Amino acid sequence: MSPVDIDVLAGMVPAGAMLAIPPDNSATAAAFARALVRRGVRELRLVGVPVSGYATDLLIGAGCVAEVHSSAVSLDEVGLAPCFTRAIKAGTLRMRDATCPAMHSMLEAAAKGIPFIPIRGILGSDILTHRPDWKVIENPFADADPIVLLPALSPDFAIFHAALADREGNVWVGRHRELAVMAHAARRTLVTVERVVRENLMEDERLAPGTISGVYIEAFAVAERGAWPGGLLDEYPDDTAHLAEYARLARTEEGFRTYLDRYVYRRPAEAAE
Amino acid sequence: MTQGISDEGLIAAIARLIPPARHVAIGAASPIPTAAACLARELHGNLRVSSLYRRRANPFTDGTGELFDLAAQGRIDLFFLGGGEIDGAGNINLIGTGEWPGRTVRFPGSFGSAFMYLMAPRTILFRREHSKRVLVPRVAYISAPGTSPPGVFRRGHADALVTGRAIFRFSPERARFTLVSVHPGETAATIRAATGFDYDVADPLRETPEATEEERDILRRRLAA
Repeated sequence: MSPVDIDVLAGMVPAGAMLAIPPDNSATAAAFARALVRRGVRELRLVGVPVSGYATDLLIGAGCVAEVHSSAVSLDEVGLAPCFTRAIKAGTLRMRDATCPAMHSMLEAAAKGIPFIPIRGILGSDILTHRPDWKVIENPFADADPIVLLPALSPDFAIFHAALADREGNVWVGRHRELAVMAHAARRTLVTVERVVRENLMEDERLAPGTISGVYIEAFAVAERGAWPGGLLDEYPDDTAHLAEYARLARTEEGFRTYLDRYVYRRPAEAAE
Repeated sequence: MTQGISDEGLIAAIARLIPPARHVAIGAASPIPTAAACLARELHGNLRVSSLYRRRANPFTDGTGELFDLAAQGRIDLFFLGGGEIDGAGNINLIGTGEWPGRTVRFPGSFGSAFMYLMAPRTILFRREHSKRVLVPRVAYISAPGTSPPGVFRRGHADALVTGRAIFRFSPERARFTLVSVHPGETAATIRAATGFDYDVADPLRETPEATEEERDILRRRLAA
């Protein structure tokens, strides 16, 4: 498998697609999100694994998103996600609120090919009253033990960033096993990577356990610092200063357009800080 | 910051609430609870601190969902939660206010709270802002309930609520807080005036001590890096 250009990768995502994206602290698809904004794709349904950050907020601000399904949308220590918050207040975004382990479990159910999965907790939360697709049953193996059932969630695409890919399309994600669950659950997986290695990742016993098989990977592009301003493992930390700049600019529509001109419509290499 | 207790004092106050926990988990990027857990570990030893947001030497190898699996298995003794709103029955709201899903004020979302509050044997609620805006008679929406009816599987409840001005303990049987300690510069009356929900007051009401020399020393030397 040969890498494609990141804008070609973004071109594989049609309007209305459901995309699972990890947040800023776990190999988020930030460069990919910027490519999706350049492409101007519309009506996306974004799934936070298990929460959402910069990439989701950017896509919302750029008018690419119809729905967010997530446990939270935030810029962590930088604060609220401005475009998300604005869209909720304006009523222009469908929000399906969830809780972190439920997001993981719904993807795990899809990965196992089972239609639903039980989960503890959640009973008594207003999340449940606003989720008609989540059911409560009596545990059939015990007496008087109500428990929540979640449907399997199979996104159209999993998109994330990883450190390494090889020529077979195997992708090394290290300890971020939730990315493997995403890939297993999604119909197709599109990935950006820091670099392509010559060796087959599966032949290295130390790397193989952190590697997602190319079986799951539809296509990948090379995007150096592709998680930026999120961090990536021990490769680079979150760029909190940039996230703060984003949060400041995105507070207004005009500022957000300035951000897009400065960091998104120019190609990544030209926008390098 | 504001007048009153120092960051170090607040961290030390939270650290004193942590024993006898042996395993504390931190889910969000919350520097004060993280520092408190690390201080408690330095002071008492025999405490494991698992922080999801730690980039290097992160304790999880089975993805960002492993924290929740650990909690589900009963392997976490104490967890920290916050809230955009917290009410007198221990309910927390991370959704927002106004028409669902927060058309008036939108908070980030519930994160793991709807699960962790029921799975952790003890939870410390921490919110620095102590105001009637945050500490309300009744939350607009319940992200995670303070108590649950009989028959609902639940390991524990809020143990304490720590703010920038005071410490409350929570009684799950009565679904009610008791003010146990006011931070330096506060009185029973100033806390009453700043709190939107009703609560009991411990007798005697203590003043939260500032961090000791030893606690300050640990925080400055070992945790500064």
